[in-house]
Amino acid sequence: MDLKEKLVSSFLAFENHVDIDCKIHDIRTEAIKTFETKGFPSKKEEAWKYTSLNSILKHDYSVFPKQENAIEYSDVKKYFIHDIDTYKIVFIDGKYASHLSQTTHDGIDVCLMSAALNKPKYRLVIENYFNKVATKESLTSLNTAFAQEGAYIHIPKNKLVNKPIQILHLSTGSEIALMQQPRNLIVVDENSHVQIIERHQSLSDHPVLTNSVTEIFGNKRAIIDYYKIQNDNVNASLIDNTYVNQKRESHVSVHTFSFGGKLTRNNLNFYQNGEHMDSTLNGITIIGDKQHVDHNTLVHHIEPNCESHQDYKGIFNDSATGVFNGKVIVNKEAQKTNAFQSNNNILLSDKATINSKPQLEIFADDVKCSHGCTIGQLDESAMFYLRSRGIPQKEAKALLMYAFANNVLETVKIPELKKRINRLIATKLGVNIGFDL
Amino acid sequence: MLKINNLHASVEDKSILKGINLEIKAGEVHAIMGPNGSGKSTLASVVAGKEEYEVTDGTILLEGEDIEELAAEERAHKGIFLSFQYPVEIPGVSVTNFMKTAINANRKAKGLEDMPANEMLKLIREKSEMLEIDRKFLSRSLNEGFSGGEKKRNEIFQMAMLEPKLAILDETDSGLDIDALRIVANGVNKLKSKDNAVLVITHYQRLLDYIVPDFVHVLYNGKIVKSGGKELAHELEEKGYDWIKEEVNA
Repeated sequence: MDLKEKLVSSFLAFENHVDIDCKIHDIRTEAIKTFETKGFPSKKEEAWKYTSLNSILKHDYSVFPKQENAIEYSDVKKYFIHDIDTYKIVFIDGKYASHLSQTTHDGIDVCLMSAALNKPKYRLVIENYFNKVATKESLTSLNTAFAQEGAYIHIPKNKLVNKPIQILHLSTGSEIALMQQPRNLIVVDENSHVQIIERHQSLSDHPVLTNSVTEIFGNKRAIIDYYKIQNDNVNASLIDNTYVNQKRESHVSVHTFSFGGKLTRNNLNFYQNGEHMDSTLNGITIIGDKQHVDHNTLVHHIEPNCESHQDYKGIFNDSATGVFNGKVIVNKEAQKTNAFQSNNNILLSDKATINSKPQLEIFADDVKCSHGCTIGQLDESAMFYLRSRGIPQKEAKALLMYAFANNVLETVKIPELKKRINRLIATKLGVNIGFDL
Repeated sequence: MLKINNLHASVEDKSILKGINLEIKAGEVHAIMGPNGSGKSTLASVVAGKEEYEVTDGTILLEGEDIEELAAEERAHKGIFLSFQYPVEIPGVSVTNFMKTAINANRKAKGLEDMPANEMLKLIREKSEMLEIDRKFLSRSLNEGFSGGEKKRNEIFQMAMLEPKLAILDETDSGLDIDALRIVANGVNKLKSKDNAVLVITHYQRLLDYIVPDFVHVLYNGKIVKSGGKELAHELEEKGYDWIKEEVNA
């Protein structure tokens, strides 16, 4: 039985465990039908031209993990940003791990999707927001069909959330192969501000496939900073589908740090429903071996006087492959739009590949839109300059790569996270450098 | 200190240096002059260890040790410093961070611990004041958007920080106005001692009024064709290079 058939037939079993007499179930039923019709995307589709899922779909994934697995905090501490106080929502093999988590209902809701879907007090928010910005794209539909667990974050108006929220998905490898489909909903109301850090981490070499959907709603004047750390094991793959719906005067930024994993696909979609807002999409990708990272972004400018900023940097070694597909749509009504997109790449090996494709569809006539893409090697004259000052080749290389990625790090607003990312980059580049950029 | 014997070097199979002989002793200042395309900058790059240049014959000895097999950074650790004709712009790395990294890399090569932060700051302050460098300048990205004069002053600042045994100044005077030239030359003169040496590569005599050489060599077509005292520089300034070319081609 292939994975698609297995998932479709698993849906019947899934229905036995959830409340089927609710609106959500109608959404789920429709979603599984959509997935059944569309199936997994193939390279024949334009949006998947450079990313093949074949190698990761062949495993016999367990869709509902059987046992609960305990993990000690000390064993996974390193995957947290642990030197500052944070809220934490932690999952082990898709199941909520209360002993590792720190949730709250004190003025804000930082808790579980399963609770939000089932408890009456959340019904209104769920009805207004759940599956309202996620599309009917096949993988998103697949997630919607099985939507049950994940992070639920609701920040009512005028709240400045005083510490970041970490969402951590751990997989233990107790299954031969595991498929997880977390579903997150983040609603930030008027004038509120929140910072979120998300990470997926496999603790074994067993294959893991995560098909995640995150819906983010930034209401009037909301500020949301979302950071994704993707530094997973060699056999862990991630398809991240994130949908952001912004209202007027809101500021939403998503930073994606892709340093590991077998195959990573980021479908990041911004919809600007209002005026005077700002969307930021930044990313640093540093991969090697046969790793594959694909950034597929969409910014849809619907109303006038808004901005978007995209800056993606990629460093590819060995036989690694990268894709950047950045689409910007500016509606006819969206005059005075400022949309900037930049994708710069360094190939460190002859076998590394990057496919970079900007796509601008502009229907308004009074706009400033720019896009730029570069693909190059490390500058030899810069290397000689650094080495002639006594900086060894490896460190000189690392210094140049840091410098290359630096402006993306500048917009990271949590100092401890910035330090952590710096360290991850240093580890990734195989150096121990005594500077802080 | 530096002894170059019969040095031949080429880039992409094009022969540029065709048998250079040069000896520089500690405490000396040498100047190499010559027309464009004579191989001056190539000589500087070859001594500093630029990989694109292939040494096809001859030897370069630093304090008796053959350095030909050494990488650029290893030559730097042994005390060779090249002030670039065209310093490279490196956006994203501040002058201060670059200097810290370079100083500590050199200390590490000598088996020393990293320089304590306060000591580093003191050193940076002292040397930047000597070269009349603004504090703001130190937090800017290395050479990015610097004027020609700022770039050259920054090169000599690096030299002051690293205290090399042999400093090679490649066309350090180009792009400098007279005030900047004086500041840069004063910096070099303050760093001069009986234990180190300076090799000044220049097209014009102007810089040599400030950094006075003990010996002047004329490089032409990949060879040193004439050597003399500082008066040779004046003669070249007056008469140009044509008479040298005629002498060689005769």
